[in-house]
Amino acid sequence: MMKIKVGLGTCGISAGGELVYNKLESVIKERNLNVELCETGCMGMCYEEALVEIEENGESFLYAKVTEDKVERIVEDHVVNRNPVEEWIIRSSEISKEDSFLKNQNRIVLRNCGVINPSVIDEYIAKKGYEAIKDAVKNKTPQEVINIIKESGLRGRGGGGFSTGMKWQFAHDAVGDKKYIICNADEGDPGAFMDRSILEGDPHSVLEGMLIAAYSIGADEAYFYVRAEYPLAIKRLKNAISQAEAKGFLGNNIFGSDFSIKINIKEGAGAFVCGEETALIASIEGKRGVPKLRPPFPAIKGLWNKPTNINNVESFANVPWIMLNGASAYNSLGTEKSKGTKVFALAGKIRRSGLAEVPMGTTINEIIYEIGGGIKEGREFKAVQMGGPSGGCIPASMGELKIDYDEINKTGAIMGSGGLIVLDETTCMVDLAKFFLTFTQNESCGKCTFCRIGTKRMLEILERITDGEGKQGDIELLEDLGGKIKAASLCGLGQTAPNPVLTTIKYFREEYEAHINDKKCPAHSCPSLLVYSILDDNCKGCGLCIKECPVGAITGDKKMPHNIDQITCIKCGKCFDICRLNAVEKI
Amino acid sequence: MSEMVIEEVKSTDRKKEILNFKIDLIKKRKMSGSLIPLLQSAQDSYGYIPEKIIYYISELVDIPAADIYGVITFYSQFRLQPLGENIIRICEGTACHVNGAKGILSVLKNQLGVGVDETSKDGKYSLQSVACIGCCSLAPVITINDETFGNLTPDSLRKVLKKFTNVEKEQV
Repeated sequence: MMKIKVGLGTCGISAGGELVYNKLESVIKERNLNVELCETGCMGMCYEEALVEIEENGESFLYAKVTEDKVERIVEDHVVNRNPVEEWIIRSSEISKEDSFLKNQNRIVLRNCGVINPSVIDEYIAKKGYEAIKDAVKNKTPQEVINIIKESGLRGRGGGGFSTGMKWQFAHDAVGDKKYIICNADEGDPGAFMDRSILEGDPHSVLEGMLIAAYSIGADEAYFYVRAEYPLAIKRLKNAISQAEAKGFLGNNIFGSDFSIKINIKEGAGAFVCGEETALIASIEGKRGVPKLRPPFPAIKGLWNKPTNINNVESFANVPWIMLNGASAYNSLGTEKSKGTKVFALAGKIRRSGLAEVPMGTTINEIIYEIGGGIKEGREFKAVQMGGPSGGCIPASMGELKIDYDEINKTGAIMGSGGLIVLDETTCMVDLAKFFLTFTQNESCGKCTFCRIGTKRMLEILERITDGEGKQGDIELLEDLGGKIKAASLCGLGQTAPNPVLTTIKYFREEYEAHINDKKCPAHSCPSLLVYSILDDNCKGCGLCIKECPVGAITGDKKMPHNIDQITCIKCGKCFDICRLNAVEKI
Repeated sequence: MSEMVIEEVKSTDRKKEILNFKIDLIKKRKMSGSLIPLLQSAQDSYGYIPEKIIYYISELVDIPAADIYGVITFYSQFRLQPLGENIIRICEGTACHVNGAKGILSVLKNQLGVGVDETSKDGKYSLQSVACIGCCSLAPVITINDETFGNLTPDSLRKVLKKFTNVEKEQV
C-alpha cells in the first residue's frame, strides 16, 4: 500500500506541516483513497520544510516546501495517476537535488528520525527496537554492558565529553540500596535543537538506551527531565512510555529477568542552569535549581542522596545501536579520542539549516560548505559559534579544524551540545558576545559571587563598547574578569560563561579595538556606531527616502542629491533599505 | 483552607480545570519533590499562580510560603500575574539574533506599546521572549498564540500585526 509520511517535528509544524497533514487527510478521505497517512519526526532538512514523503513498493519520493495548495495536485497526479510531480521532488531514485546534504552524514542517533512514526512502537520494534535491552538482561551481566560502552569510546554528548562507560562504572560501583538514572533533556542552549528532534522523532531509542544504563548500574527508578518548552517532545515521550509499559518492556521483571524499572517524567520550569547535573537534581527534588559543590559526585550522592547517573538524550540514543552493532563498529568511526558521530544543529547565516549527523573528525568547512551549502546570499563565511553560551567563536581561517572534543577545546570553544551557528561578515562579534553574556547573566543562579556580579560587570563593559563609549583598557579588563569568573565559579555555567567573550577577543581583537578606538563597527551592525549618508553621485533625487524617513531627517529638492541630518537621524536604516540606486551609504 | 478553594470555584467559570488541580493536589501532596509539578498544575488551571494558592499549597505540602515564593521566582515559567488574551512570543535564540530579532522586537514594542514580559493595559496582548522556539531555519520568528510567523522583516511584521489587530477589532 502507498504510504504518505509528513515530517511533524516542531520545525515541520511551524513551517506548516500540520496544515499539510490535515489537508492530505481530508483529501484522502474525500476521494476515498487507499493510502496510509502517517506522521514522522524531523528529517533533518529544516530548510525544505514542510516535507512529505510518498513511499510505495520500496520506492520513495520526497516532496519539499509543500504547502496546503500543493496538496491537491500531489494527490491528483501522484497518488491517483501515479505520475510524480517532478518539479517539487527533491529526492527519489531518479532525482537527487539535495545530494550533498546527506552524502557526508552517518546517521546513528538519527537512524529512525524521519523514517518511522514516533507514535507507533511497532515501527521501532521493526527496526530491531528493544532487542538490545532484551539481549542485555538475558545474556549479559551489568559489568559486561559497561565494558562494551567503555570500549565503544562513547563520550557524554551533553557537552562535557566525559566517558559514558566510566560514568556508569562509578554509579555501578557505588554502594546503595536504591539507585536512580536520569535523562537530561533540559536542552537550553539557544540555537540547539538536537535533543528535541531526537525525542520527537525517535523517543523509544532514548528510552531503550536509558533502560540499558539502568540495568548496568542497578537502578530501578528513572527520571526524564524535559524542558517544559518542548510540549511535543513531552507528549511523544509519554506516549512512548505507556506503549512500552503495555508491551511489558517497562515495569517489573522485564523479559523474565529480575530487572525492574519505573519511569517518571519531570517537566523543567525554565532555568538554563538546571542543565547542570547537581542543579537538575535540586530541581527534581522540588527546590530552586542551585548547583552544589562536587564532590560528592551524583554517582555517589545524587538524587535524594542516592547514587545517580545522569546522561544526555543523545548519549542514550547511541546506546542501543552500540549494543546491537558492537563497540568496534562504533569506535571505528571518529578520531583517536572522540569516537562515533555527533549531531549538529546548523543554523544562522547558512543556506541549508537543519540537523546533520557526521562522524567525529569531520572538518568545519565540510559541514558548512558540503552539508550546509555555504553562506546565505553569497556572503562570506566569517566564523562559527559552537557550544552556545558556554562555547566560543571559531574563525573561518580555522575551517580545516577537525571536529573532536579535544581539538575544539584547544580553540577556547567547546563541543557543547552541538549547536552550530554560522556567522557572516554582517555579524558583529562584540554584539554576539554581548548577546550570549546577556543570556548567561540572566540565567546565573546567583550562588557564586564571581558569576553573579562578574558577568554583570562584563556585560556593562560590552554594552558601553557597542554604544561607542568604550574606554582604553576595557579589553584587558574583560580578559581579567573572564579569567577570574572561570576560576571562581562552582558550576559549568559560570566556568564557561566568559568563553564567548574571551574567544571573540582572541580571534577578533581588532573588532573590539575598532569599536573602542575608532568608534566604528566593522560589521555595520551596532546602531550607535553607524552613520548613514547619501552618495551624491548615485542620488537621483527621487524622494523615496524622504517619504520613508520616520523622523524627517532627510531633506533635498527633487532631482537634486538629498541630505541626511545626522542629529535628527535615529539610524533605523529605512532609507538604506528602500533606496534602489545604492545611494545611501552605511559607514 | 478548603473554603477558600470553594470560593475560588464560584468566582470563576473554569471549574473543571480547578477541579483537576484539586485532584492533582491530593494525588501529589504525599510525593517527594512535588512542589514544582503542583505549581505547574496551578498555573495550568488559573493561568498564573494566585497569591492565596501559594498559602494553600504551603499548608498542604508543609513548605513555608516564603520558600515557595523563592521557587516561583527562580523559574522563568511561573507567573504571579495573569496573561493577556493574546500571547505574542518573540524568539531570541542565536539564529534569530543574527538574523535581526532585535529589529523585530523593537517593532513589536512600538506597535503594541508593551515591553517584554508585560501585558497591554487593555489586557489584550502579552509580549514574551523565549530562548528558542525551535524553528531556526525560519529565523527571525514570532508566534502569535499558536501560529508561527517566520522569515520576518520589520515591514512584513507590521503587516502581520495590522492584519491581526483588524481581525481582533472585527470580532469585537
